[in-house]
Amino acid sequence: MGRKILLVTTDQQRYDTLGCNGGILARTPVADRLAEQGIRYERAVPQSVVCMPSRSTILTGQHPATHGVWMNGVPLPADAPSFAELLRTAGYRTALVGKSHFEPFFDPFMRFPDNALSARGTTPAGGSHRGFEHMELATHGAQGLLHYSRWLRSEHPEAVSMFYPTVDRELRVNAAGGGDTGAPQVQANPVPREWYHTDWVADRTIAWLESLDAGEDWFCWMSFPDPHHPWDPPQSEMTRIDWRHVPLPDGFPESRLQRETIIDAKPRHWRLWYEGSLVSNYEAPAEWVPASLTADQVREVNARNAVECELIDEALGRVLGAVSARGWADDLDVIFTTDHGEFQGDFGLLFKGPYHVDALMRLPLIWRPAPSRRIPPAVVDSPVGLIDVAPTICEVAGLEPPGWMQGQALPTGVGAGPERVLTAWDSELFGVAVHLRTITRDGWVCTTYLPGTVHDGREGELYDLADDPLQQVNLWDDPARRSIRDDLVTDLLDAQPPSRRPRPDLEAPV
Amino acid sequence: MTPRRASVRREVRIARPADVVWSLVGDPARVAEWFPGIEKVTVDGDSRTVTTAAGLPLQEQIVTNDPLQRRFQYRLSTPAIRDHLSTLDVFDLGDGTCLVSYAADAEPATMALVIAGAAGAALQQLRSLVESAG
Repeated sequence: MGRKILLVTTDQQRYDTLGCNGGILARTPVADRLAEQGIRYERAVPQSVVCMPSRSTILTGQHPATHGVWMNGVPLPADAPSFAELLRTAGYRTALVGKSHFEPFFDPFMRFPDNALSARGTTPAGGSHRGFEHMELATHGAQGLLHYSRWLRSEHPEAVSMFYPTVDRELRVNAAGGGDTGAPQVQANPVPREWYHTDWVADRTIAWLESLDAGEDWFCWMSFPDPHHPWDPPQSEMTRIDWRHVPLPDGFPESRLQRETIIDAKPRHWRLWYEGSLVSNYEAPAEWVPASLTADQVREVNARNAVECELIDEALGRVLGAVSARGWADDLDVIFTTDHGEFQGDFGLLFKGPYHVDALMRLPLIWRPAPSRRIPPAVVDSPVGLIDVAPTICEVAGLEPPGWMQGQALPTGVGAGPERVLTAWDSELFGVAVHLRTITRDGWVCTTYLPGTVHDGREGELYDLADDPLQQVNLWDDPARRSIRDDLVTDLLDAQPPSRRPRPDLEAPV
Repeated sequence: MTPRRASVRREVRIARPADVVWSLVGDPARVAEWFPGIEKVTVDGDSRTVTTAAGLPLQEQIVTNDPLQRRFQYRLSTPAIRDHLSTLDVFDLGDGTCLVSYAADAEPATMALVIAGAAGAALQQLRSLVESAG
């Protein structure tokens, strides 16, 4: 029997949305069981907190500066390396089902291969694209050029208008509110569950698995678009959780004064976004003012998010059932993670942006090695990065991680792992430039700001993760922490990865 | 708040004389040769229709086609765009090379980035095409 590898990613999912990580809203027994049988990482950190750079890091095993996708809207260069290509070359059957997002979605000229493929079929031109011989793609709803939206328009055209329109008439991320509380990116969606993209991704994954011969090695990246906004899961499923009974997160102080006091101790773009005078990145709705967020809106968003997480868990369970039915269960490695987090009310904010705190930076990551390998279960506390996923998969496949990978295989027990994990933010959009460099090391998260149009390069953030798990106390200017701050910044700047030259252009909003 | 209107520019330096580059850029019927994703072009006076690889027909009005300044300007009119003006300039750098600039001004702002983003790839294609022919 050959080796089978399933990489499961979600989109914009927080660490604390899984039961095994202490989550109390969503029931996630499938992921919890994988964690029980495998290795659960307590501090998995992305190298970018937005989709395209982070997904490109997962695929290449490189930092954003090196693979070149320095912000959303920059396509992953055609010559970027891919661990999936290594597997394909080694004889693996390879597939990506769901959200890829290595290339922009806004593409009226159909220049990008993912979009062009979706119009043509599921086999890329030349037999593979970025190492995948089979691609069936989806994003957050019925809009767009990808396989799922084409399928929906073709098979269930009446469902297209049921979904929340992700962009507004200005082609910006939509700020329109809905549901019971008027929260942004929320809508009651009457779509039947079996037509929703979560189940579609599982269905298409199962169909591909069923097309394989029993003895083949295979790798499948199953990539769910949820629980990324819009928060419009099938309304039939909303009976699972009554938002009125959802507790407010610890990171959402109910007192507005308290929220603003915390934000005012951080670099100024926090406050500017909060009060609606600066939106530095395309990913946040341009017309939404975070200061208007109510406690009930946080409750409703979190209820909807939790339902989406439950649907993903159930879909994953179906796929694992299909794997078992093929007799492959004992040889299956599963890695479950996401690309970045989501505020979900922390600090009075939703969505994401240039904010390097746990809401966006602490991710779910579970590796359940194939039972036949008899690797004992563990919980790893030391920080690891999404950059470590590619070398891990190489190792699972029995391939030596190549020199172009900048991470290292995930540790399987206590006491191992990388010394430091780096994260970067760069955005330059409509005259606003913001640049952050962050290190996670020794229980600290330290961010330094490079000069841009909002910062002069002297700003920073320093958090003690043990004493301040919610990152509400910025110690950057604390004289007592000056020594550790200087040490972390020196290490951070010394460890910066090489940059791709010339820097690829921004080619689309997202 | 993000602006409703934006101006986004891309440029490329090409190791060929400005007149050579202008002979291609200044001919509105030849845009499909160097702009990836444009599959078909028809020109009728100052009206041009391009059809993208997505099957989307785009109606354009040619505003300026000035061989002396080597400037080409056009406006797109589609329901998704309230206002638009794209400007291509070919600057003679005096050493047998030239600089080609492609600026898109549009409302809504997102469209300026969508057009200029595609234009950036087009300028790279233009350079490859012209330099390899040299």
